[in-house]
Amino acid sequence: MASRDIHGIDAPWGAFRHVGRDLRKVDGLAKATGAAMYTDDIALPGMLHAKTLRSPHAHARIRSIDAADALRLAGVHAVITGEHLPVTYGILPWTQDETALAVGKVRFVGEPVAAVAAVDEDAANAALKLIRVEYEPLHAYLDPFESLARHDPPIHEGRKDGNVSKHVHLAFGDVDAALAEADVVIEDDYVFHGTTHAAIEPHCAVGHYGADGVLTVWSSTQITHYVHRALARVLDVPAHRIRVIQPCLGGAFGGKSDPFSLEFVVAKLAMTTGRPVKMLYTREEVFYTHRGRHPMHMRYRTGATREGRLVGVDATIVIDGGAYSSYGLVTTYYAGQLLTGPYAFATYRFDSTRAFTNKPPCGPKRGHGSVQPRFAFEVQLDELASTLEIDPIEIRRRNLLGEHTTTVNGQRITSNGFARCLDVVEHASNWKTRHGQLPFGRGMGVAGSMYISGTNYPIYPNPMPQAAVQLKIDRSGLVTVFTGANDIGQGSNSIAQYLVAEELGLALDQVRVVSADTDLCPVDLGAYSSRETFMVGNALIDACRKVRPLVVRAVADHWQVDPSRVRFVDGVVVELDDPPLQPAGVAVGGEARPGASPPDAAAGRRWMTAAEAFQLAEARFDTLGATGAYNTPTLGGDYRGGTIGAAPAYSFTAHVVEVSVDVETGRITCEKVWIAHDCGRALNPMLVAGQMEGSAYMGVAEALMEAHGVNRFGLHAGPSLLDYRIPTTVDTPELAALIVESLDPEGPYGAKEAGEGPLHPAIPAISNAVFDAVGIRLKHLPFTPGKVLAALRARKDAAAGTPAPALAGGAR
Amino acid sequence: MHLKVNGDVHDVDAPDHWTLLEVLRYRLGLTGSKQGCDKGDCGACTVLVDGEPMISCLILAREAEGREIVTIEGLWPLHLARGGEGPDPVQDAFDRYGALQCGFCQSGMILSARALLDRTPSPTDEEIARALSGNLCRCTGYTQILQAVQSIVARARGVEPPRRSWEAANVGRQAGER
Repeated sequence: MASRDIHGIDAPWGAFRHVGRDLRKVDGLAKATGAAMYTDDIALPGMLHAKTLRSPHAHARIRSIDAADALRLAGVHAVITGEHLPVTYGILPWTQDETALAVGKVRFVGEPVAAVAAVDEDAANAALKLIRVEYEPLHAYLDPFESLARHDPPIHEGRKDGNVSKHVHLAFGDVDAALAEADVVIEDDYVFHGTTHAAIEPHCAVGHYGADGVLTVWSSTQITHYVHRALARVLDVPAHRIRVIQPCLGGAFGGKSDPFSLEFVVAKLAMTTGRPVKMLYTREEVFYTHRGRHPMHMRYRTGATREGRLVGVDATIVIDGGAYSSYGLVTTYYAGQLLTGPYAFATYRFDSTRAFTNKPPCGPKRGHGSVQPRFAFEVQLDELASTLEIDPIEIRRRNLLGEHTTTVNGQRITSNGFARCLDVVEHASNWKTRHGQLPFGRGMGVAGSMYISGTNYPIYPNPMPQAAVQLKIDRSGLVTVFTGANDIGQGSNSIAQYLVAEELGLALDQVRVVSADTDLCPVDLGAYSSRETFMVGNALIDACRKVRPLVVRAVADHWQVDPSRVRFVDGVVVELDDPPLQPAGVAVGGEARPGASPPDAAAGRRWMTAAEAFQLAEARFDTLGATGAYNTPTLGGDYRGGTIGAAPAYSFTAHVVEVSVDVETGRITCEKVWIAHDCGRALNPMLVAGQMEGSAYMGVAEALMEAHGVNRFGLHAGPSLLDYRIPTTVDTPELAALIVESLDPEGPYGAKEAGEGPLHPAIPAISNAVFDAVGIRLKHLPFTPGKVLAALRARKDAAAGTPAPALAGGAR
Repeated sequence: MHLKVNGDVHDVDAPDHWTLLEVLRYRLGLTGSKQGCDKGDCGACTVLVDGEPMISCLILAREAEGREIVTIEGLWPLHLARGGEGPDPVQDAFDRYGALQCGFCQSGMILSARALLDRTPSPTDEEIARALSGNLCRCTGYTQILQAVQSIVARARGVEPPRRSWEAANVGRQAGER
């Protein structure tokens, strides 16, 4: 099947013309001039505005809802509650535990209970105040350990395992024996607090229902296809009468990869009122909608030989899931499954349990499920290095997994540039002359990581392609690409333009991209798990290689030469040199544009424009177009859950960070991050660097500034962009993006992911750098001044009581 | 009320409590100014009021009467009217330097940068960072944004902009060619 073809890593026409260059994005100037349309920029004639009434209780039964007064208010067109949208949904087919508006009970503060459509937001807000809801408060579980210990009343009724959302236990080899024989074992607890995405665009959706029965929903989603399926299920409208469109999207980071209440609500209200309906979340509502990074409580035991070789890793993880499942089943697996590189584990075991709590639901955030264990393990590995008096980079080298191999949990590894990543950050940061040798209060730390480049299996099991595209080849010389892929700012539409221009030998402005519209575009599963470049890229190459031979043959036959002598370069078709050039003057080019002179590429050769070539081919073969697809090879370990964590390729990252620690105030400043990331071939290095820098910045912020938590009533601790602190220009460290290209045999021209992997090492590298700076090990996130001061005091007390052991680095 | 936006005077009917941002977006259809928080925290709604970058979600529209308002939509036409070619150099530099990822914060960011360069044609890197510190960006880590502005300053000084990390050290290539 073409969708499983491997297209190779080489340039289609000899040398790359577009790939590998710092090109502009297809939508850059539209965004820079304010012309780009985002969901909230849509205004339809007669459009109503909707608002949501939310629960003030973390856990309560709903006794009654009375909306009569609200409905009587001038300007109010409709009020709906859970009884109008009772069908459950959820991103995973196995855990459909959400409803658009609460049915029977509420499970977190901020859960949607009712929605109003009115002529404007002021009227809708006034109506919300008139809706009377009678609650019977229940015990609120705010701590995952408590909710695992007792479940009376349970958060979700009718489950046989109480408040357990998911439990996974997997073992590979005899970990106990390996740890018993290890020369050294480090054992400790690590805590990852919660963080959230904080994309600058709040969630927004617009619903339109036509008299013809077609429902259109514009939404700030990163998963158009899954929203399409969920709308059909919940609204009981056939999927072919639903159109979902993702306009320009203002950031997501995983926070827009579930179906959300507002998408169903605007659809239902549009169907109820016969008017278009818009809902825009306030910033506060975005914080309560959440789906951010899961808090994890992690115990790790790692054993090694005297030489620093890892013999066994044993992990026990408790995950605070919040009120609903979301992606939690996958998170629970990922917490263990994604740790098995870039280091070879001889034996490995993990036990992870996701608990429901009465808090905003957690979900996937950039580096889904694997950022937290990576933090714990890389800090533990650093402690192993200092205990064994081995350089932290050296201990990582001694445990390299290598390329074209299999991990301990049965995942296939293809390309692997991790060794190179270590070399690069070591060299760029002058590690050898600076680590362990900086003045007290200043230090350097290293960490590594691996991440999936797409998931091997779709969210709902099916044998159809994971990515599909369609090409329309026009006589004007324009190629239009239709792709269901979601460009969320990462540049997937731009990558589509570059690849099609490369494959068909066109100039960039000859390729335009239409994306994320379920009426126009073939299905793509969406922007999650770093899959777009890899999967859509392969689908694009597949499509181009179906249509290109037709155009080449039409030109070759026209010139009466062998097709191998026809070459496309930047929108011009030329005849190759060998056999020798035809005498000048026989060119057919220029017919479409009178007076045109042959471009440089065609000097002295027969040539024509791509438009002319398309016309020859259209006359010969009829209307030109092609579909292309990508599907993953069959991969994964041969055990239950062995397919979760399987990916067609993996990216690798190493960071070195430099920090300074103020021992008076306890404040850590991250001064610089050297980011080496193996993204396979960098299709556009500037965009790759943007992903690397953005990832590292987010990781640094999670370590030092950000905290998403609720108080003892389940109220968010600070649902604003002032209280939830994300870095500004002056808080962000210097970021050096160092691109490593391992050229993956199955990626498009060898490309892999760049959007999520480069976040992982930042957090443990900061902890490790703090150890180098002042000799304390920070194991509980976030690294606040209070924790730093407490650790410094503890270290001082320990030193006063007993002679401090000689530690490699930092104990100065 | 009468508002002068991008050179044109508009007669606008809006409730007294509406902010300048609401009037720009929902009355005048100038949706390039974005609402990220509606509390003055994110800076996505920054516009120029008499040449100064102001957070339009914290200004009542009535307060802006009689003042010159420039939004992101006005920048390119203004540049053309002054005899320039192509988009405003700040807009162009943001595109060329990869500073635009999701683009949601960028209209505010670009206007803050424009105001800085109008005031201080040759700012230091620190002055650039400070001038943009009221505009939150969640995508880029700011590096390419700062480089974009630095490139304009470098061009004005007649020097080459500093090379970026991946241009300066193409350290990782193992096989293949560009």
